Amino acid sequence: MLESAASGLRLLGERVIDGIVRLGYGSRFFVLVLLRSATSFRRFQLTLREIYFAGVLSLVIIIVSGVFVGMVLGLQGYDTLQRYGSSESVGSLVALSLVRELGPVVAALLFAGRAGSAITAEIGLMKATEQLQAMEMMAVDPIARVVGPRFWGGVLSMPLLAALFSIVGIFGGYLVVVVTIGVDSGAWWSQMQSAVDFRDDIVNGVIKSFVFGVAVTAIAVFEGYDAPPTAEGVSHATTRTVVTSSLAILGLDFVLTAFMFMGD
Amino acid sequence: MSKATLDLWVGIFVALGLGALVLLALKVSNASTSFRPDKEYTVSAEFQNIGSLKAGAPVRSAGVMVGRVESISFDTAKYVARIVLKIDERYPFPKDTTAAVLTSGLLGEQYVGLEAGGDDQRLKDGDVIRLTQSAVVLEKLIGQVLFDKAQEGGSKQ
Amino acid sequence: MHPENLVELKDLFFGFGDRPIFSGLNLAIPKGKVVAIMGGSGSGKTTLLRLISGQLRPQGGKVKVRGRLVPDMNQRELYGLRRRMGFLFQFGALFTDMTVFDNVAFPLREHTDLPESMIRDLVLMKLHAVGLRNAAGKMPAELSGGQARRVALARATVMDPMLIMYDEPFAGLDPISLSVTGNLIRKLNDALGATSILVTHDVHESLLIVDYVYFLSAGGVVAQGTPDEIRATETPFVHQFVHGDIDGPVPFHYPGPSIREDLALESRGA
Repeated sequence: MLESAASGLRLLGERVIDGIVRLGYGSRFFVLVLLRSATSFRRFQLTLREIYFAGVLSLVIIIVSGVFVGMVLGLQGYDTLQRYGSSESVGSLVALSLVRELGPVVAALLFAGRAGSAITAEIGLMKATEQLQAMEMMAVDPIARVVGPRFWGGVLSMPLLAALFSIVGIFGGYLVVVVTIGVDSGAWWSQMQSAVDFRDDIVNGVIKSFVFGVAVTAIAVFEGYDAPPTAEGVSHATTRTVVTSSLAILGLDFVLTAFMFMGD
Repeated sequence: MSKATLDLWVGIFVALGLGALVLLALKVSNASTSFRPDKEYTVSAEFQNIGSLKAGAPVRSAGVMVGRVESISFDTAKYVARIVLKIDERYPFPKDTTAAVLTSGLLGEQYVGLEAGGDDQRLKDGDVIRLTQSAVVLEKLIGQVLFDKAQEGGSKQ
Repeated sequence: MHPENLVELKDLFFGFGDRPIFSGLNLAIPKGKVVAIMGGSGSGKTTLLRLISGQLRPQGGKVKVRGRLVPDMNQRELYGLRRRMGFLFQFGALFTDMTVFDNVAFPLREHTDLPESMIRDLVLMKLHAVGLRNAAGKMPAELSGGQARRVALARATVMDPMLIMYDEPFAGLDPISLSVTGNLIRKLNDALGATSILVTHDVHESLLIVDYVYFLSAGGVVAQGTPDEIRATETPFVHQFVHGDIDGPVPFHYPGPSIREDLALESRGA
């Protein structure tokens, strides 16, 4: 029995060390992508194309999810607050929840699932079909030409998607609480305006979504570039992107929230 | 997917996103109603106790926001709290204005309330407000009530 | 370095981890010639191309192209060298998200400042040379294997390279495409005044078009010569390879105990 425990520990140790090595490798890759970003901006058309594939094509899922999340927040919020006679504060509840947390976090999770996995699959497939190698052989740096634009396309799209999620969510909440249930529209907006601070809430929310964008897209391009050049390899890499991104988003959310909203 | 169509869609996307940000800033948050004076003048005041007043807290008079608490420091010579206030130049106050540390609502955030006196001379930049009223500390208040009650009970007997 | 050689490999040592591929390989590719590199699977043919193009670094020995040592080059010099090389991957490796036209135009757009009108003319000319000018608007997924490889050939030669390397250009092609491809390789090489290296299994087709052949086995060159010399060779391994003999130095049976032993064991147990 002691033997199997020992081998179990050894396996765990191996896994942890592998994970750390991979983290180091990934960080070096990330720095490389940043250093070779000149192409992504000099030939902005490449990045624009990626903004289309990552941002525009995510619009539908972001907007639909945003509306539903906002509506649920409105419903649940109203249900609880009206017991304490504070039903006029629902607006503040919905807006603050969305702008501070749900907007950046949920939008990032959806983005990881839709755009992140697509980026990983695309880069992984290019690697498996030797397209990246062909580029290298033609003296074109694949990191600058293929990875860079996809990275910046994702980073630039993320804050916009998060803002859209929040706005659409507030609108959804409005539909449920003001239009359907009948809370006063003036109370909804004025309470919200006094509760939501531009610098503390909106700007912090944007910073969060930017950080999430960097994390998700960096993970997505790395997993794609590092994927074993087989069908199985690419599919595993795609799954890993979604899982690792989700964990990273939630972990970073905690760290950022602690910095931004705790203390004085 | 032609270049023109792609550019169009990206343009729409970016416009929507930025529009959302602008809406959030203006309609949802207090950016449009926040306090941003063009010019301010600085005065200071000393308090025995400032309670839980923080830097950045509002300075109000008659309920209207007229300035902000710039900084809070401790005077080691007199063992009092010294706060520096920045007041909007549009609102001059007389030299004998009273500054008090008040609470919003019952248990809300603390702010500095200014009550104007009757002096002809105005506070200038760098002046000190002489009349101050410290914050009400809840524990002392409760202690006071208990003490009074005990006194009452004793005197009745 | 012999001035007539474009590529020279001297005493080359290379291996993957603990698996040695080359031990003291010596090989020279003369300018303007079409040279075939043959050998069994795992003899390191593709690895050789990678060493020449600088994708891999040798553990020992020299890799020289045009007199310059390839492993010593920094990234800029390496990219400069590769701009003058054409590389044909086994399955074409066309960019699947671009049309045939854009694929062939890729090196021109990346490396030159030529105006689009000139690029259009150059691309169409190259596609015409491989017979696919009218397929310019198609996506790679719409092409057959042979057609995709021809497009890749157009792309590899669009910058008029001095050295063209082919990794298994004949693999998986039907007889017509085989012939077309072989023809193109020879014609393009002569028209461009370039040098070509073919890594291949296909003995018949390559012997028809090449000027010289190298045979790799067990980490070195076991035979070399003109196609006629190779066909008439006495070396057992080469003879088996060229004539497709079933048994010879490369055995038919997977090594292990003989069948008599296996059957005897079974009957003993039963």
